[in-house]
Amino acid sequence: MTTSLSLSNTQKARPRRFGYRISVVGAVSFLIIAAWALVAVFAPYIAPHPVGDIVDFDFFGPMSAQFPLGTDYLGRDMLSRILLGARYTVGISLAAVCLACFCGVTLGMAAAVIGGWFDRVLSRMLDALTSIPSKILALVIVAAVGTSIPILIVTLAVIYTPGCYRFARALAVNINTMDYVTVARARGEGLGYLIRSEILPGIIGPVLADFGLRFVFIVLLLSSMSFLGLGVQPPFADWGALVKENIGGLSFAAPAVVFPSIAIATLTISVNLLIDNLPQKIRDRSEQ
Amino acid sequence: MSNVVEVRNLRVDAKSDSGRTVEIIRDVSFDIAEGEIVALIGESGSGKTTIALTLMGYTRPGCRIVGGNVTLTGQEISNLPERKRARKRGTEVSYVPQSAAASFNPAHKIMDQVIEVTKIHRLMPIDEARRKAVELFKALALPEPDTIGDRYPHQVSGGQLQRLSAAMALIGDPKLVIFDEPTTALDVTTQIEVLRAFKSVMKKGAIAGVYVSHDLAVVAQIADRIIVLRNGEIQEVGRTQDILQRPQHPYTRELLEAFEPAPHARVADRRDEPEMPLLAVKDIVAGYGKVDEGGNPSVKVINKVSFELHRGKNLGIIGESGCGKSTLARVIAGILPAAQGEVLLEGKPLDRDLRKRSRNDLRALQIVFQSADTALNPAKSIADILARPLTFYHGMSGQRREARIDQLLDMVHLPRSLRHRRPTELSGGQKQRINLARALAADAKLILCDEITSALDTVVAAAILELLKELQRELSLSYLFISHDLSTVKAICDEVAVMYAGEKIEQLSPDIMGSEAGHPYSRLLFSSVPKLDTGWLDSLEQDPRVLQAYSRR
Repeated sequence: MTTSLSLSNTQKARPRRFGYRISVVGAVSFLIIAAWALVAVFAPYIAPHPVGDIVDFDFFGPMSAQFPLGTDYLGRDMLSRILLGARYTVGISLAAVCLACFCGVTLGMAAAVIGGWFDRVLSRMLDALTSIPSKILALVIVAAVGTSIPILIVTLAVIYTPGCYRFARALAVNINTMDYVTVARARGEGLGYLIRSEILPGIIGPVLADFGLRFVFIVLLLSSMSFLGLGVQPPFADWGALVKENIGGLSFAAPAVVFPSIAIATLTISVNLLIDNLPQKIRDRSEQ
Repeated sequence: MSNVVEVRNLRVDAKSDSGRTVEIIRDVSFDIAEGEIVALIGESGSGKTTIALTLMGYTRPGCRIVGGNVTLTGQEISNLPERKRARKRGTEVSYVPQSAAASFNPAHKIMDQVIEVTKIHRLMPIDEARRKAVELFKALALPEPDTIGDRYPHQVSGGQLQRLSAAMALIGDPKLVIFDEPTTALDVTTQIEVLRAFKSVMKKGAIAGVYVSHDLAVVAQIADRIIVLRNGEIQEVGRTQDILQRPQHPYTRELLEAFEPAPHARVADRRDEPEMPLLAVKDIVAGYGKVDEGGNPSVKVINKVSFELHRGKNLGIIGESGCGKSTLARVIAGILPAAQGEVLLEGKPLDRDLRKRSRNDLRALQIVFQSADTALNPAKSIADILARPLTFYHGMSGQRREARIDQLLDMVHLPRSLRHRRPTELSGGQKQRINLARALAADAKLILCDEITSALDTVVAAAILELLKELQRELSLSYLFISHDLSTVKAICDEVAVMYAGEKIEQLSPDIMGSEAGHPYSRLLFSSVPKLDTGWLDSLEQDPRVLQAYSRR
């Protein structure tokens, strides 16, 4: 996809030494994600109706000038609910994925560099965590501790940390055998410098790709948790919860159930495509 | 005699990262007669492999034949459709790659892979192909020719595998065989067998060959004619004898000169009183795996090695691959802690594990690795790479550090403008200079050089050796110079230690290398180094018993 659709600036007569190659797909994906991020921030100002108010006497109302995306099963404005839902979906998922990747990647690199029993114990512990099905684990944690946004974030992060760890460790083990890491080690560098300065730059590309993929998984898991009633609590709702509330409208082809699904799809697909089509720096060595 | 290959005005272009086209091969023309072996020689990036590959009608991804034509056995191959080219490969032209180990599939038996060509082209029944393969194994002087085909690639040695890949290339009775640096990765003693086998097979079958190499001495043994290439252009073509003895082109002369680097001018001992050795290594035992109570690791790589190195002197360590020479460097640097023995720096014992050594001890002893590509972090700029040891050991920052980086770049004769580049944007020789500069940044007293010139072209390597000597004069450094290449060791070292199978066999002065080395293995090793003489291989006689005793094949 990158090559066929890439908007390369190479045909220009003036050779650019350190230009970036930006692909169309990447740019469009970025715009969609940026738009959703803006929506998440400014939702209260742009939502046409209060999120919890019943504004229509009809339920599962059709799209109209007053309610652009129809109304839900109680007659609340769908557009407002989706706009405010973006806060939960984007915010919780982003926080969780950052937490999971930070912990997983740091531990993974440390395990690769330290090796020995540290690596073995940590790997087995996280393997054990992986063996528990994610949804069931989430259900158990939330059922036991109760539901609140910080707990949701931590739960999702815990579930996705072992995967990040495995991924980062596998990559870091390869980099760790490179001579430049040996040189740094022979210089007497500590663990912090080794993982931050020598290992991380070598694995950042795949780790970012993994970050995007994991973000999508977290959005979907959050949505399914909300669908089960364990996510964000009413009257607020994230996109998954919106689908769940309005699932009854499916047989009427109500916009109330279609649009939250579309919102989830646009966000997750855009994140994936953006990560696959990040701008590439062009460094051409023979061009001076 | 008709020509097997005719290349006329060949031009190959490549597209770079930013879509700019680069000319790789410019207007190259040559012929190869039947049964003639032509060598393509030149430094890396001179286009020798690219030319060799075009003879099969193949260009590497991103490259394109843009002009001229390549005629193989009377048919132009450069504009044939891919299907027809594929039909020629294996039957009319075949290829022996540099690394046989990487080109055999480890999951299949050797025999199945050798006769695969006959299956693809439906040349002969399987039984006949097997018989023919065994014939080739015999012709290539492989041990146990009847059963070697039943083994898997990891069950034979590197030299044998290289000969097996030649068998694979020869089974389809090609008119032309392309050898792409087939002996570069082999030890000198192994190289002799492989060269002999190639030579006899090619001569017997009167097969034409293209031999791609950077090593003039190897080429001198096997080629009838030599084509000297540089930057995709032919510099000189001539009979092997003429090129070696009467080189016309200045570049050829440069290549020949680089082959024999100027011998090291030893500094006379100014002080007679016994001085504390800079580095002393005493009865080192090291290896991998668990160490038992007796202090012996389960896989012993180094066994009771001791030596001393005095300030301002250089010690060479030579030996074939697997003799433990690189491991020795890692033990001294503390990367691999020794199981027994001790390492003393200026009389002070160093901890076996580098993590327990003081920062000052670490600073005094720096290691430079063979592969410049993997020794520099591709994600960092040159300035960052050089800045780190300055900050780490000397706590420098800001203006002072920047000035010192410029100074270091001057010391290794690199332009200061390189500081903003990344390692991938430098040439092999430049990268190795940066590696040295990083060791110098620490103000080291002793630099462990682990095969630092092995991956470089001869001309570039000779320049690096010159730089090492110059730095030694200015900074009174000492080098522990590890190499498998005797001529580089000769060029820089005061003393040479010969290692075999983890043990130090003897230590001698490089002047007497080859002539009166005491130990039979040293004599074998020294006599195996190819000489710039076309008759060297044929006249070489080695004691088969010694060969047998010192071949862990």
